[in-house]
Amino acid sequence: MYLNANNISFSYRKNKPILKNISISIPDNKVIGLMGDSGSGKSTLCKVISGYLNNYTGTITIDNELIDKTGYCPAQLIFQHPEKTMNPKWKMHKVLSESWNPPQELKDTFGLKEGWMNRWPSELSGGELQRFSILRALNPNTKFIIADEISTMLDTVTQVQIWDSLIDYCKKNKIGILAVSHDKELLEVIADNIVLFNDINKL
Amino acid sequence: MSEELLSVKNVSISFTQYVQGLNQHELKVISDLSLDVKKGEVVAILGSSGSGKSLLAHAILGILPENGTCEGDICYKNEVLTQQKKEAIRGKEICLIPQSVNFLDPLMKVKEQAIGDVKGEEREEALRKQREIFSKYGLAEEVDDLYPFELSGGMARKVLLSTALLSNPELVVADEPTPGLDEKSVKETIMDIKNLKEEGKGVLLITHDINVALEIADRIAIFYSGFVIEINKTENFADTGKLLHPYTKSLIEALPRNGFKLTEGVQPLEEVPGCVYYDNCPIKSDFCKENRPNLIKCGDAMIRCHNYDKEVK
Repeated sequence: MYLNANNISFSYRKNKPILKNISISIPDNKVIGLMGDSGSGKSTLCKVISGYLNNYTGTITIDNELIDKTGYCPAQLIFQHPEKTMNPKWKMHKVLSESWNPPQELKDTFGLKEGWMNRWPSELSGGELQRFSILRALNPNTKFIIADEISTMLDTVTQVQIWDSLIDYCKKNKIGILAVSHDKELLEVIADNIVLFNDINKL
Repeated sequence: MSEELLSVKNVSISFTQYVQGLNQHELKVISDLSLDVKKGEVVAILGSSGSGKSLLAHAILGILPENGTCEGDICYKNEVLTQQKKEAIRGKEICLIPQSVNFLDPLMKVKEQAIGDVKGEEREEALRKQREIFSKYGLAEEVDDLYPFELSGGMARKVLLSTALLSNPELVVADEPTPGLDEKSVKETIMDIKNLKEEGKGVLLITHDINVALEIADRIAIFYSGFVIEINKTENFADTGKLLHPYTKSLIEALPRNGFKLTEGVQPLEEVPGCVYYDNCPIKSDFCKENRPNLIKCGDAMIRCHNYDKEVK
């Protein structure tokens, strides 16, 4: 199974395109690394693929079928700043159950402590919140994970823990990953192929 | 050898919070932080983001929020800093390079806030000095009359840096100077800090970026769960065998270029009676569970671990 994005173009303002004729293909058993400069439009591409921005031109297909623009998007985006993606007035168990209720062993693999469930998002650190937002995105309907700089602000030990459990789970469950980062060393370790953003963006 | 500029001894910082009505609750953010900065030296504090490192910078300058209390001693040139003294020398001998543009006044032109509130003849002099420093850091004359929202990230960083250096301080506290900058600006910032060191100033660099710390610091202090657990020379970080604390070792081994090695475990949720790294430590003993280690000298380095404490062994 492949996620194919064909000839994607997008602009926030008229006559000022930010993505032009981008084509990228993500297989369901691989980690594709996407590298590029700050401000080049990587995050915009992520948002387009995962259904946050809809007025693009081009097609996005999974298994040769167009993605439904309404409902649950099978390509789920994980953001750089987890604290901005959670309702501050919900406790962590509610944040997680908004998407699904993962089995206990999965919580253990991602290192989610039972004691965290009754805390507010403001009472956990960035690394702890990021574990929640990753597990939240791994809903059974998810076929692809778009990881937009998910470990940039974490210390190196937490970075390894998060990537290790995410890649392990995705390989077992046939979930493809698009890993976006500007850290070349990191992508060389985690990704099967690395794509340079400037090569595919035909501006 | 070289003169000691700043020394921080057993500093702890806590906040008073209200929980349910008028019940107050003490939240400890920094439990025990000790380090020192000498003249012409860059000392980095390395810890994960959101762990409260910036509070140390604010404590040194005496700008903690009202509900925050700081215990322990902060000494500048072997004199204990009281709140009055902090207010007297901050902005003159000790300067802060703040974390983000949010620390600039959005309604004031850049040059006005750089020189501060001076009038008459002094103003001319201050403006001349400000122009000189701004040119030194590559800020064109147009920048003087811009408002903070008109600056790009890299320019804002330079404005903050040159404003801090305007009074020619002896100690510079740089709070996360690199995140959000592209590679070129990061390199420039690194060069700027190196130059400060050449000029004989002391720099306390607070960062979570291990690569930046490795590049410019002379010594690195590792901050974990409210404690400084190790202070070691930067050259020792090239070889994990020379590092002392198991957490420091795993931090370096987890770098992508060093093998991306997995270490289990997270920082403890509640305050623990013994060693903060007890749950994850590979070389622990029962003694560590109940007894908190102190920061002790071990060769050139400082370490907080019972395994290096001869009295315990």
